[in-house]
Amino acid sequence: MNAENGAGPVETDIVIIGAGPVGIFAVFELGLVDLKCHVIDILPKTGGQCAELYPEKPIYDVPGLPVVTGQELTDRLLEQIKPFGATFHLGEQVDELRRLDDGRFSLKTDAGTQFICKAVVVAAGGGSFTPKRPPLAGIEAYEGTSVHYAVRRMETMRGKDVMVVGGGDSALDWTLNLAPIANSLTLVHRRDEFRGAPHSVEQMRALVASGKVRLAIGQMTALHGENAQLEAVTIKTADGEERIVCNALLPFFGLTMKLGPIANWGLNLTENLISVDTERFETNEPGIFAIGDINWYPGKLKLILSGFHEAALMAQAAARIVNPQKKVTFQYTTSSSSLQKKLGVR
Amino acid sequence: MTKITFIQPDGAREDVTSEPGMTVMEAAKQADIAGIEAECGGSCACATCHVYVDAAWRDKVGKPANMEEDMLDFAFDVREESRLACQIRITAELDGLIVRVPAKQF
Repeated sequence: MNAENGAGPVETDIVIIGAGPVGIFAVFELGLVDLKCHVIDILPKTGGQCAELYPEKPIYDVPGLPVVTGQELTDRLLEQIKPFGATFHLGEQVDELRRLDDGRFSLKTDAGTQFICKAVVVAAGGGSFTPKRPPLAGIEAYEGTSVHYAVRRMETMRGKDVMVVGGGDSALDWTLNLAPIANSLTLVHRRDEFRGAPHSVEQMRALVASGKVRLAIGQMTALHGENAQLEAVTIKTADGEERIVCNALLPFFGLTMKLGPIANWGLNLTENLISVDTERFETNEPGIFAIGDINWYPGKLKLILSGFHEAALMAQAAARIVNPQKKVTFQYTTSSSSLQKKLGVR
Repeated sequence: MTKITFIQPDGAREDVTSEPGMTVMEAAKQADIAGIEAECGGSCACATCHVYVDAAWRDKVGKPANMEEDMLDFAFDVREESRLACQIRITAELDGLIVRVPAKQF
């Protein structure tokens, strides 16, 4: 299916970027007009902000559902799009989007998956969830060389003086994994309480007791180094400031949303949101649509229900692009036998 | 109406009036207070509405609940007086509350 296993790019009608509620519902509306979709999301699960930020929080303004949690809404939407057999590519970020000579689009993800499609729907909400960067002076210079927000290959940490910062599962897991191969490993957390799995906390405490890991209760205040090579980190503890030798820093402070690569695709932006028209929700690039929280037009409200409306209108316009020779007839699911056939209820 | 004062890192003070029942984060967003981002909209899921409660008000405001304490792990330069503004519910008792906005919200 993808470039990595040598089978060439995925060819489809539509690629949807973002698997939040609006991206998922777009599969439904596009399915009703016979378009096949592939959906890509940077998170390892569907649901977008609804599932990542507030899975258990009740939402009160989805029409017909007086109260629904983010997770429930996601589950119900996935149920609703089942008849259309969309393929989800999770844990991947679209890095590149460009138009081919024949007018179609080529997309490439950071995992190497390639797509060729006739129209693109950006339903990326607040943008990509990306690791938070600690606001320490000069940190950018060390990123990629000695500051890492993810570890792709453990071997690169062998023999290093590693500092892991954070109190959740990522911080604990990397502490446990890297302690055996690092020259030294310091785990820094602001309090002596950890949010991670109890078993991991126990294992970490055992490594601390045996002297293999040093646990420092405190917070980073400064980075020291030269030529993109980190040499030490100052941390503030209850006893004052201390400079700890470190040439590999792994900070785990959760995720934030950034526009990311979308900013480089030549789309007109209004304050970091993609400008669209209100008839088709199309960007300045014909064939590239933007729906949900990521778009902007006069009067825009960042509501899930607005995104659903935008998906419906977008689908009509996308159908005309993908199948220009075919007439799009507006129909109701309550009465149209052809729509009911597509939904598998007839 | 209750008054809340926000003090910026440079010392600038802004007074905001709010209705009891709102959160300090909501009052800040309504008045466009700089440095209160509230990325998640008040779900206690992002730690971008971090504030320092003035010493005189700490007892009245109280301590963070467990979930908020966990979320404060994601904030920068956390101190004893750190709270997430979205988790402070404004009551008549808090009329005159003073909070400081941190230099960085992450």
